[in-house]
Amino acid sequence: MLRNLCAFAGWKAIRLVLLLAAVSVISFMLIEWSPIDPVQAYIGADMLRVGPEQREAIAAYWGLDRPPAERFFKWAAALLQGDMGTSMIYRQPVSQVIAERFAASALLMAAAWLLSGLVGFAAGVIAAARRGRLIDRAVQWICYTLASTPPFWLGLLLLMTFAVWLGWFPVGLSVPAGVLADQVTLADRIRHMALPALTLSVAGIAPVALHTRQKLIDVLSSDYVLFAKARGEKGAGLLLRHGLRNIAIPAVTLQFASFSELFGGAVLAEQVFSYPGLGQATVEAGLRGDVPLLLGLVLCSAVFVFAGNTMADLIGRMIDPRIREGKVL
Amino acid sequence: MPLLEVNNLSVAFARYAGGFQRRMEQAIVGLDLSVEAGEIVAVIGSSGSGKSLLAHAVLGILPGHAQVTGTIQYDGEPLNERRIAALRGNEIVLVPQSVSFLDPLQRVGAQVRTTARGTDPTATVRSVFKRLRLAEAVGRLFPFQLSGGMARRVLVSTAAVSAARLIVADEPTPGMQAEDVNETLSMLREMADKGSGVLLITHDIEAALRVADKVAVFYAGTTVELAKAADFAGDGSNLRHPYSRALWQALPRNGFKPLPGTQPSQDELPSGCLFAPRCPFATEACSAERPAIREVRGGWTRCFHAS
Ligand code: SF4
Repeated sequence: MLRNLCAFAGWKAIRLVLLLAAVSVISFMLIEWSPIDPVQAYIGADMLRVGPEQREAIAAYWGLDRPPAERFFKWAAALLQGDMGTSMIYRQPVSQVIAERFAASALLMAAAWLLSGLVGFAAGVIAAARRGRLIDRAVQWICYTLASTPPFWLGLLLLMTFAVWLGWFPVGLSVPAGVLADQVTLADRIRHMALPALTLSVAGIAPVALHTRQKLIDVLSSDYVLFAKARGEKGAGLLLRHGLRNIAIPAVTLQFASFSELFGGAVLAEQVFSYPGLGQATVEAGLRGDVPLLLGLVLCSAVFVFAGNTMADLIGRMIDPRIREGKVL
Repeated sequence: MPLLEVNNLSVAFARYAGGFQRRMEQAIVGLDLSVEAGEIVAVIGSSGSGKSLLAHAVLGILPGHAQVTGTIQYDGEPLNERRIAALRGNEIVLVPQSVSFLDPLQRVGAQVRTTARGTDPTATVRSVFKRLRLAEAVGRLFPFQLSGGMARRVLVSTAAVSAARLIVADEPTPGMQAEDVNETLSMLREMADKGSGVLLITHDIEAALRVADKVAVFYAGTTVELAKAADFAGDGSNLRHPYSRALWQALPRNGFKPLPGTQPSQDELPSGCLFAPRCPFATEACSAERPAIREVRGGWTRCFHAS
């Protein structure tokens, strides 16, 4: 068991290092080929007032006059020593920008993740247990509608309804504008987070619910549920003992493996609500050619998604006796 | 009064065959059968003849889209959905066909205990496990950790620990070692001797004949003959239906004479006697109408020409 775990950890670590190396190289190449000129993006609106000499000075300051390969290796060498470089647009160390943004996004994503997981799972279970009834059809109908709704459109809809018309929630940002940081209350944060979190979780509910429903239907028509019935088990007890137990493993695994969709959704949701999180920073960094920040963000999101997948694996291993007590690694 | 009496039972499934064509597939056709308390009735016939569905029909666990007609009586009263729901697991138990009937995520001991009755269910399970040569530790295993033979014995134990009056055993012995087959059969015999009725569904005729009192011969979804086990003897001349005789003669000890042809597929059943296409004695009358079940020499058969 312990040896298995060590082998598992070692194997995962190697995979992670390879993944990060590949992701850095590919992202760097993509940025290099992109039509955005970082110097121009940096100067922005001051374009007309900046002469060619100043442009060169700026390029030299950020090291943009060096050949791409040299810049990449310089960046990589610094990264290995723990220095992620300095963001061009925020003029702060990349690690600091990411840390701040991550705190805001983590809250948002965690809320959305929990909400979509719980609501989706519950809806799926109810639909499957009442298969073919009205509630099942309603759940399915809602899910297909949600699944075919673009999240940003949904975000705009929520924004218009609840923030603009009803005025229940703020229109954007993660904290009230013009309030000192230490005076921001938790209630403020939650109020600002509510709509983006809702948008993000609604997008996640449909796949979870439909997957749970299908799995539970399969389980409920399995031989072992048939035999449990034949042994006199029925109703909620049967559902709990044999149904939920058997769909919990795939559900949990799927939920952890969904980190990549979560991150992708966050980029859109944060953009719509101008919520200053990782997603928004990614869009900014991409549009304005902030190479160090973009690379930092790409690496972080890769680690994030990888962590989700590893967790899915690990939890699957821990709760599934077929793996836990079997010989298979 | 028989403990279990099945009259004219038919089970059909709607099947979508290409495009939007819907056709009914007759899985069981006008089946008759009865089991008295204290006896083992073996249902024999080749695989794929709907024998498992008979077991599931008795326990009321057919899939929702199955269409069932005819009657099943238990203890003299119709066994409707309500009644079977209350009886299964208590008075009526099933020995299912394969390890896939065990919940993969529940320890087998816990699953066996759900049907265990008596003052000390755990002790009952322990003694049954011992008889079936299952180590006590087996109770703490998950189904995937059982060998094929072990899984069979665990399945049999679910019935043996119960206090059921009717045991429906669906192919309980294949894949078992000879010793375990004997132990399983003698356990069923013991339960019958204590007053329970046993419906033993199997394609192993030899094993069935060792313990059964009566035999129902199953062909293409119906019982073509109900005979005493003792009628299966000698050259089979005591048997009433040509198919029973063919089955008997196909056994290794009777010279291994196979019956040519195959069972008709369930969605293309002949309109007359289901056995007519393979019957050496078939006449024109046989293809015109289905023979009804009738009493012949103390048994029952579905053949116009039996005497
Ligand atoms: S009814 Fe006719 S075809 Fe059918 S078994 Fe008897 S003899 Fe054969």
